[in-house]
Amino acid sequence: MATVKIPPVLRASVGGEKEVGASGENVGEVLRDLASSHPATQDQLFSAEGELNRYVNVYLNDEDVRVLNGLDTAVGEGDTLVILPAMAGG
Amino acid sequence: MSPSGAELLRQVKSQIEEVDPSEVNELVGEGVTIVDVRGSEEFATGHIPGAKSVPRGHLETRIESVAPDRSAELILYCASGARSAYAARTLQEDLGYERVRSMTGGITLWKDRGYEVEVPRSLSAEQRERYSRHLLIPEIGVEGQQKLLDAKVLLLGAGGLGSPTALYLAAAGVGTLGIVDDDDVDLSNLQRQVIHSTQRIGIPKVDSAEESIHALNPDVNVVKYQTRIDASNIMEIIEGYDVIVDGVDNFPTRYLLNDASVRLKIPVVSASILGFDGQLSVFKPYEGPCYRCLFREPPPAELAPSCGANGVLGVLPGTMGLLQATEVVKLILEIGEPAIGRLLLYDALGATLTEVKVHRDPDCPICSREPAEIRDEELGVFPDYEAFCAAAG
Repeated sequence: MATVKIPPVLRASVGGEKEVGASGENVGEVLRDLASSHPATQDQLFSAEGELNRYVNVYLNDEDVRVLNGLDTAVGEGDTLVILPAMAGG
Repeated sequence: MSPSGAELLRQVKSQIEEVDPSEVNELVGEGVTIVDVRGSEEFATGHIPGAKSVPRGHLETRIESVAPDRSAELILYCASGARSAYAARTLQEDLGYERVRSMTGGITLWKDRGYEVEVPRSLSAEQRERYSRHLLIPEIGVEGQQKLLDAKVLLLGAGGLGSPTALYLAAAGVGTLGIVDDDDVDLSNLQRQVIHSTQRIGIPKVDSAEESIHALNPDVNVVKYQTRIDASNIMEIIEGYDVIVDGVDNFPTRYLLNDASVRLKIPVVSASILGFDGQLSVFKPYEGPCYRCLFREPPPAELAPSCGANGVLGVLPGTMGLLQATEVVKLILEIGEPAIGRLLLYDALGATLTEVKVHRDPDCPICSREPAEIRDEELGVFPDYEAFCAAAG
């Protein structure tokens, strides 16, 4: 079980939690597990084609998964995934 | 019998290594640390180019800030070679410096030989008093304070983030502060926008900000831009500034600023806030990633709420704005490790500050290209730009 940190804009979709647990062997599986437990996150994370939306950044611990293996990046027990959309408030 | 002063000096000189000014002259600019141990008033009248000032009275407490490596070569000098001899012995015997030498004849002989002397621009008596706590910090000193006084910083927005940033940069003595904001002060701003005041509701934010800045530090030259930044005016406004502080409240302007600042190679200290959360990073064009490397495109409007619509904890922009001000000062002084290639995430409720890595995107539509290749009509444009702006209203 990995820990997924939920950004403020998605918290309403996961019952207000700041972090939730999700299972999977890799980043894609963990995020799809999150989306199946919390269906309201599906459209916010994934495009209609099942790709990760381009405006969502995902980090495995502190590293951007884009410079790792993307959605295929292996996730271990105890790893933390950070979902991070841009914010523009000033 | 105790030795006379002259005998003591002879004894000390016999215990240390000395170096002739001719050799020191060869070493200027070669990476050898040269330390002036005279008083700061003497230092201000002229010193060896690149020398660091560590008055002998503060030698033991301050030497490590200019010479952290005890095995590195170190040359000390004073006016005539006496104080630097005593200082050299202290560093060698008491602090374990291995390669310290004292320059014979001091700066008097140096000048007699006709070698170059650097005269630091001086601060006025009032400035010395006002900035005295900066002058005491070896990493800043008169030289650093002068850099701050010479610096030109542009603040995009005199709102939540811009308020504390502007106040502290003004207090720190940043010489020119440009402020871009087209809004008037509103009562609902005052829960967090501390540069404004209840008496100034209804007046333009740029005027209100200028009044507060001048009340704090009349030295600061405030340049007001009472306008909304857009593709037609951005290049003209930002050109010539050393650092830009991004505290704007919308995505189109953030992308526009990114693209224009990459083209002009101006570093941007960027922060954003929402609710109880803040983000901060420094985008230094071509040395680190740019805003587009981090966020390839903005989220759709429903996932991009504004503080106006969703609220923000009043103290949060204070925290984030001062982190921005700190990064600005570091960039100007060229000290420390700016948050380049890192995104800092502050969670006020959890009281945590974490960070993630940000990499340059080799396919970045903007910073993977040379500045001259970035065309006017590309600035601030992203996929679905029209739809985004229409949805955002």
